Amino acid sequence: MSLHRLAFRLRPTVTRVRSLHSSGFVQQQEAVAVEPEPESLSVFRTHEKDPACHSDKHVGQFYTLSSAHVRPLFPDSLPWRYQQQMKTFNETCIMVRQPALEVISYLKKADYSQPALRYVFYGLKGTGKTMSLCHTLHFCYTQGWLVLHVPDAHLWVKNCKELLPSSYKSSRFDQPLQATTWLRNFKITNEPFLSKIKLKERYVWTKRESTEAGSSLGELVDQGISRIKSSSDVVGAVMKELRLQSGQPGADFRLAVAVDGVNALWGRSTIKKGDKTAVDPEELTLVYNLRKLMKNDWSGGAVITTLSQTGSLYHPKSAYLPQDLLGERGFDNMDPFIPVSVPNYSEKEFESCYLYYMDRNWLQHPQSRTAEGKKELIFLCNMNPSMFERLCGHL
Amino acid sequence: MAANCARVVGSLFGKSVNFASSTRPVTLQFCRQICGTPALRRKNLGPTVPETFTAEFIQKQVEEFEIGKRHLANMMGEDPENFTQEDIDRSIAYLFPSGLFEKRARPLMKHPVEIFPKQRAVQWGPDGRPFHFLFYTGKQAYYSLMHDLYGRVLKVEKHQDQLRAKGLFPTEPKQIALGPSRWLTKEEMEALLVEPISRQDYEHFIQLMERLLAMPCCSLEQQFVMSHRQQLEAQSMHQVVPPLQKDDAGVDFSTAEGRRKSSRGSVVVRDCGAGRLTVNGQDHLHYFPVLQDREQLMFPLQFCGLLGRFDLDCSVSGGGRSSQAGALRLAISRALLSFLSQSEGEAMRQAGLLTPDPRVRERKKPGQEGARRKFTWKKR
Repeated sequence: MSLHRLAFRLRPTVTRVRSLHSSGFVQQQEAVAVEPEPESLSVFRTHEKDPACHSDKHVGQFYTLSSAHVRPLFPDSLPWRYQQQMKTFNETCIMVRQPALEVISYLKKADYSQPALRYVFYGLKGTGKTMSLCHTLHFCYTQGWLVLHVPDAHLWVKNCKELLPSSYKSSRFDQPLQATTWLRNFKITNEPFLSKIKLKERYVWTKRESTEAGSSLGELVDQGISRIKSSSDVVGAVMKELRLQSGQPGADFRLAVAVDGVNALWGRSTIKKGDKTAVDPEELTLVYNLRKLMKNDWSGGAVITTLSQTGSLYHPKSAYLPQDLLGERGFDNMDPFIPVSVPNYSEKEFESCYLYYMDRNWLQHPQSRTAEGKKELIFLCNMNPSMFERLCGHL
Repeated sequence: MAANCARVVGSLFGKSVNFASSTRPVTLQFCRQICGTPALRRKNLGPTVPETFTAEFIQKQVEEFEIGKRHLANMMGEDPENFTQEDIDRSIAYLFPSGLFEKRARPLMKHPVEIFPKQRAVQWGPDGRPFHFLFYTGKQAYYSLMHDLYGRVLKVEKHQDQLRAKGLFPTEPKQIALGPSRWLTKEEMEALLVEPISRQDYEHFIQLMERLLAMPCCSLEQQFVMSHRQQLEAQSMHQVVPPLQKDDAGVDFSTAEGRRKSSRGSVVVRDCGAGRLTVNGQDHLHYFPVLQDREQLMFPLQFCGLLGRFDLDCSVSGGGRSSQAGALRLAISRALLSFLSQSEGEAMRQAGLLTPDPRVRERKKPGQEGARRKFTWKKR
């Protein structure tokens, strides 16, 4: 009887040893099998990681951004829902679409000795303007440009917790928190340029502190991050320096100014002064300096912007055209610009997005995987990208 | 002359127009005592007995009704000879407009036969001797019916025996075509016989009828059996299907309307194949930002499996977002009927897509804060 029990005890160990051996074989087989996989292309994905090589035949396909690019380029400036999707899917995939390709082609062909061209992405809510902007920015980044990205200009004209009167001009107001956040993100994005670019002018902050001409941009930015009170003026100084230097023959960089929600600069703000009167956006240092950048009196770069009704103040929900959202002042300031319309998904793009979600196992509901379910999704979201994403989030 | 007519009309009108559904005719002259309430004056007479009306009284009412009908036709400027009941209803609704929800509480003018309940005439002659031979059973109409029915059963059996004797007994019994019908209910039988029936009596009657139906040659008594059955109309026969029209480009389209609460919507469904939706000129995604409303619009199309096939052009007004969506859903379902077969339309009806939602906002009552909510109860 005891012998039998021993035999029973021995058997599982024997089998375990066998499985160890076999797993080794299996692993070797798997390693062999992994290699031919990248060669099989799926319909909705493309392996072309460089935006410069994207062309019309890639329209509708997703390309993956490498994480080495994503973290510096978009420290906190992607849309919130997209950031969550990035975390869930463990990859950053952007769809190649016609508007972004158009702007990239213009950027490739533009003459940079001429004044900067201004591109404006406009369209209905949720059609992908911000994502097109990010795609274009990725192109600029891979080409080695200096990226000056304002994730959302609306955040500068509303919900301001701290408002200081400016030390530079008494009529203006500073926003230290927003300025410091922006400077931090700027630093992360443009690490290589910080030591290369030298300042041309001398900036005096207080009686004791000043930044000499000839010191690097990095020092200026650090000055702004450490001294919060003068951070808005530092932002203004950074913008001024870059504007002056970008067109010069000696400069070896190109400046890409990207502003999301540019209609905020010429709209109204909800910030109130101490005596409850509203603050005009012109009286905010950040907005004033950014507006100077928006003018096309400098060369050697491009201005890429989007209009956004979502965060805008005092605009009806149906407004999406540049004339409605920019207003008279904004339109006159931005004129002439190149408007690029961002439409809803086409059939092909929708199909591609649907296959992507299926591939990522995002659509869990059994009905959503059928053809009938797909028709229902098309009806309910009407090919609107953000609506589709929200719908699939429920499934 | 005109004044005489007016007075006559007034008095006659007062007696022929009945403002209540109860059987008591309301006279327009009231005599009120100045002090005291009716509750104080009413003496306790014991359980109330249903009122009986004499035959002369009913006849007088009928004459008054006829005269009143002629006067009404004259008033409305129509032909008194060909004045039908629908014309009477229309005229009364015009002369006495009422906003009451309960249709039975509105003014009505109908033939006294419809208003006063049917009563049995006097059952005995001047000598006190009853006419009917079964009078002393107490339930003469019921027992005479049973007697008649059993007589027919015996007649059918005799016919069957004769056939069997001749050798012509049918091997396949010819069934009576009953159609979609049911037996008359106990209440309907009571109305037919003008006599109360007990539950056991009714069951006996039905059992005997079933026995008659079970016989092979019962088709002899078809008419008798059908007179005691009620036809059931199929619900779907009431549905009006909007006509299918063709526009200039040769595209089939149909229009329909729908309503819900206080919203009114109309839809033009085109057989294009695009699957686009326009509401009041705007995109449906823009007009109905809430998912629930868009799901309501999608439901009829998804149910019939026609999602990508049609182009919808909707217009809607009134109400809130949810009621507008409901109105459009009803309109879409009705418009789709013209593209579908009968059975699919029946399936839609059973799904409840074609039923207009009768729920309306309930009125606020005095003494309460809302329709149902009472004021906060305070103990002291």
